[in-house]
Amino acid sequence: MREKILYLLGLAAFVILARDIYLIARLPPEAAQGYAFKIIFFHVPSWVGAGASVATALVASVLFLITKNFIFDAAAVASTEVGVAFLSAGMVTGSLWARPIWGIWWTWDERLTTTLVLWLLYVGYLMLRHAIEEPTQRATFAAVVSIFAFIGVPIDYFSIRWWRTQHPSPVFFSSTGSFPSDWGAIMGWNILAYLLLAAVFVAVRLEQEQAQRELDSLRRLAHSF
Amino acid sequence: MGQTTIAEAPSSVQPATRARPSLWHQVFIIIAKDLRAELRTKEAVNAALAFAIMILTLFSFAFDPAEDETKMYAGGLLWIVFAFAGTLVLNRSFARELPNDCLDALIAAPISGAVLFLGKALANYLLVMAVELVALPVFGIFYYAKWYSHFWDMMLVLALGTWAITVIGTIFSALTVNIRLREVMLPLLTYPMLVPALMASMQLTVDLVNGKSVGTDAIWLKVLASFDILYTAASLALVEIVLVG
Repeated sequence: MREKILYLLGLAAFVILARDIYLIARLPPEAAQGYAFKIIFFHVPSWVGAGASVATALVASVLFLITKNFIFDAAAVASTEVGVAFLSAGMVTGSLWARPIWGIWWTWDERLTTTLVLWLLYVGYLMLRHAIEEPTQRATFAAVVSIFAFIGVPIDYFSIRWWRTQHPSPVFFSSTGSFPSDWGAIMGWNILAYLLLAAVFVAVRLEQEQAQRELDSLRRLAHSF
Repeated sequence: MGQTTIAEAPSSVQPATRARPSLWHQVFIIIAKDLRAELRTKEAVNAALAFAIMILTLFSFAFDPAEDETKMYAGGLLWIVFAFAGTLVLNRSFARELPNDCLDALIAAPISGAVLFLGKALANYLLVMAVELVALPVFGIFYYAKWYSHFWDMMLVLALGTWAITVIGTIFSALTVNIRLREVMLPLLTYPMLVPALMASMQLTVDLVNGKSVGTDAIWLKVLASFDILYTAASLALVEIVLVG
């Protein structure tokens, strides 16, 4: 039953994505940026997906520290891994856009830099997990690192407003952007599709983590005889 | 002398009636213990200082110190040196307690984790600060940098930036002390965490070396101060979990 729901959600995500890609392909080029602007329909949803994933990781980490229930640890590692994937997608799509528009793949402005730093932090989190054998200690330390890493997220988000940067001003939730409403609808659907995708990925990884834990405990049991 | 009766005797020898030292006194005891242990061998401080001077030398090959342009990087170089050298001190902070199970004894001691953390962080702070205060004039000589033109501004940046390195370094030193690849994991976790603080310190130091006051980029001073406050609070809140589990 649970698997069927997952497949269904994944299918829904792909259907929405296919429809959006069809619509986006038919959009006219934008006045200043030509066709390159269309990457924004994949760039922004990547960040929403990444933000949702690392926020989930934070909540799961805090819940683990409070309850010591390993399901939250599994949720934390699952959503962090998905978060790193979406962060990578966000940086790659941004880079693909920057090449034709800015003429460079990468610039060391504050927002790009802090994003890269966040990526490094969450990769560090995943590496730390590999370095600790004992499950309780691994889960506890990883949760602490996750909380520390998340403190960097608001610094990242607000840096674009605090400092003048090369990154374009925010289009959404600010007065500086102008985004036609029918484009906004496509963007909304794409964000939904990305979020669904993230949820499905997290759920699949969660199941794998739990299976891994079960396997480990069975192995320990077998050794004890 | 013969007046002491058997009934009175226990009350005069009972150690339980001795008042527990106040929180700050407990912190002070940890600081004194750590400094004493370090100053007897001076292994971490000497290593960090030698390391700092070595990196300063190596940087002179990467950037020509005589060129005016180098003044724009000099502040950055300085903080990279401080972060690298500081890690050597911080790595030893909890690792030093591993032989003879001293760490278990410290955790079992009747003090809170926050007190232990604060004591260790302040001891590390003094040690890292000492290394930096020796390395700073050496940097000034090697790179022709007038770091003393706004002396107290420089000390303020040094104090705030070093606290950032120390507080993050100490909590992660506690976290990585028992795990595999400790020497690799500590910098891997602390350097990305430190980036906003290092960026701020570097920017402010570049200003100071070029004769401006810290007021020129006050936003970075705020970033540095907020970083210190945020991560000190987070560390104090989470250290018990890191130490005890």
